[in-house]
Amino acid sequence: MHAIRAGIAEEMERDPSVCIFGIDVGAGGGAFGVTRGLQDRFGPTRVVDTPISEMGFMGLALGAAMTGCRPIVEIMYMDFIGMCFDVLMNQVAKVPFMSGDKISVPMVLRTQFGAGRSAGPQHSQSLEVLAAHIPGLKVVMPATAVDAKGLLMAAVRDDDPVVFVENRHLYGMSSEEQVLSEVVPIGSARLARSGADVTVVAYSRAVHFALDAAALLEREGIEIEVLDLRSVVPMDEKAILASVAKTGKVLVLHEAVVDFGVGAEVAARIADRGFEYLDAPVRRLGAAPVPLPFSPALESVCLPTVGKVVEILRELVSY
Amino acid sequence: MKQDDATSRVDDSILFGLYEMMVRIRLFELEVQRRYRQQEIPGFVHLSLGQEACAAGAVGALRPEDYVSTTHRGHGHALAKGVDMDGMAAELYGRSEGILRGRGGSMHLADATHGLLGANAIVGANLPIAVGAAWSSRQLALGRISLVFFGEGATHGGLIHESLNMASIWALPVLFFCENNGYAEFSAHKDRSAIKSVVELASVYGIDSVHVDGNDVEAVFEACSHAVDACRDDSRPFLIEAHTQRWGGHYEGDPEHYRDTHSDVLREHDPVKEAHGRLTERGVSEASLVELKSRLERAVRAAFERALHLPEPTPAGPADV
Repeated sequence: MHAIRAGIAEEMERDPSVCIFGIDVGAGGGAFGVTRGLQDRFGPTRVVDTPISEMGFMGLALGAAMTGCRPIVEIMYMDFIGMCFDVLMNQVAKVPFMSGDKISVPMVLRTQFGAGRSAGPQHSQSLEVLAAHIPGLKVVMPATAVDAKGLLMAAVRDDDPVVFVENRHLYGMSSEEQVLSEVVPIGSARLARSGADVTVVAYSRAVHFALDAAALLEREGIEIEVLDLRSVVPMDEKAILASVAKTGKVLVLHEAVVDFGVGAEVAARIADRGFEYLDAPVRRLGAAPVPLPFSPALESVCLPTVGKVVEILRELVSY
Repeated sequence: MKQDDATSRVDDSILFGLYEMMVRIRLFELEVQRRYRQQEIPGFVHLSLGQEACAAGAVGALRPEDYVSTTHRGHGHALAKGVDMDGMAAELYGRSEGILRGRGGSMHLADATHGLLGANAIVGANLPIAVGAAWSSRQLALGRISLVFFGEGATHGGLIHESLNMASIWALPVLFFCENNGYAEFSAHKDRSAIKSVVELASVYGIDSVHVDGNDVEAVFEACSHAVDACRDDSRPFLIEAHTQRWGGHYEGDPEHYRDTHSDVLREHDPVKEAHGRLTERGVSEASLVELKSRLERAVRAAFERALHLPEPTPAGPADV
C-alpha cells in the first residue's frame, strides 16, 4: 500500500496534471487507506472526493483526460465496475480509436479485489477478464510492492487507458527490497522463481500461493518455476512459452473463476503456440463458478488454496 | 411571422451568419439523405433536419476554444463548430481521409482542433464527459466552457442526474443544451417520462435554466449568449431546454409508425425559412440570400462528390485499421 501511495504521490509531484477521483479518496484517505494524506498534500482539486456516481465520475475523468488532465480514477471494489462498465467499455476504451488516434485518454482506473474475508458475493469478485476482453484497455496486476509502484508509475505515464488492479490482501505486504523509483514496463512478466519441473503462470496474489506451494514441494525435490505475469494485457507470451519450453508442464493459477477466465486465454495460447513443448495437459486452477458465499467455511471451499495448488502440481509431476 | 423592429434582438450581421450556418446544415443533411437513400453511405445516419436553429444558435454563442459534445444526431453541431465539411463527408463514406480515418462514421464525429469532443452513440454518455472537460478547463485555468447537446430521451437514464449533480456541487462551467424534439427513438416523451420539463430537473439540482423556442435562431443565440456568460464569468452550470422538432425519423429509413408524418403540424415550423423571412424584413436582399444558398449548395455537392471518388481504404490487416 505504501508503495502504491508513494508511486501516486511521486507522479503527482512530477506532473501537475495528474489528479485523483474516487469515493472517499480524499478526506477519508480511501476505503483501505491507500490515498491517505494525499489530499492534505495536493489539495481538494487534485484529490477529489466524488459522489457515489461511478458512471458520472468515470465519465467526468474521461472528459478531463481528453482535455489535458491525467486522472487516476478509483473504483472502490472491482465488483462495482458494473456501475460504470459502459463508460469503460464503450467510451474510455474506444475514444482514442474512434477519434482516429487524435484524442488520447491518459487515464488510470485503479481498483482492488481479494476474496477470502467473508465480504459476501457482491464484494468478492475478480473481474479482470471483463476489462481484458475489451480492445483498447491495458490491464496490470502487480504481485509485489516494487511492481505495484513501478507499474503504477508506468500506468500514469502511459497515454492510453490502463486498468490497475490491486489485491487487498497484499496491501499490508512489506517489501524486503528497497522500493525504488523505477518504472516497470507494462507487458513484461517477471520470473518469480526458477525451476525445471513444472511452470506455474500466475498473477497478483496467486503468485504467492504458487511460491508457497513451491517452497513445500522443494522439500520433496520438486522444483517449481513461477512466472508472475504482472500484465494481463498486453500479455508476455514470449516469457510464458519460454518457461513452458523449459518445463513442459504448466498450471495456470488465478483467484478469479476458472470458467471463461484469464487462465483460459493463457491456456489457449499455450495449446496453440506451445503445443510442441507440452508433456502434459495444461491445467487451470481458480475459484469455482459460484457467487462467493459469506460464511467462511462456505467461501474457503470455493477458492484456490495452497493445498489445491500442491495437489495439482504433484499430478503434473507424475503425469 | 412579422418581426417587431423594437424587439429585434440580434445584430443583422450576426443573424446573417447564423442563417448561413443553418442553410449549410440544412443542405448538408439533405445531401446525406439523398445519398443515403441511393445506398452510397454505409451504416446508419441520424439527421437533424428541422433542428438547425439549435445547432447554429447555440454553437454560434461560443468561442472557438470552447468545447462541444454531441449525440448520434450531431452533424449540425459539428458543422456549426467549424469542422471541415470535406473531412466529414469523407468520414461518412468511410474513407481514410475522413476526420476519424473512417473508424467512427456518423455517430462518432470528433475534432479536437475545433473543440468537438465527440458525438456519442450511447444515450446520455456524452453528459459526464462534457462535465469532465469543464472540470479540466477550470483545473487548468483555460477559461473554456463546455456545451453539451442531448435530447430529452437522455432524461430517462441516470447519467443526466449524475452529470447535473457533479456540475452543480463543483460549480462547473457546463451549458447543458437539451434539444427537446418530443421523441426519444420511437417514443413520445410524454409516454416514457414522468418529467414534464427538463428545466424542472435542472432546478432540482440548483442549476439555473430557461425554456427557449428552438426554432427561433435569434432566441436560441440570445439565450445561449446569456448562459455562456454566466458559465464563464461565474463558473457555474446552466441548462437550456429548446423546443424543436425533427422532420425525419429517428434514423434515416425509420418507417415512423409512431407518428403521422404527413401532418402539417410536423412541418409547421421551419427555422431556416423563419430566419430567411426576418433577414428580408430587415432589408437584406432576396438575391443575396439566393446567392448564398447556391454557393453553399455547390460547396456541399463538391464535398460529397470529392468524398465519393476517394478510394476505399485497403488495410493489410486488423493492425492497419
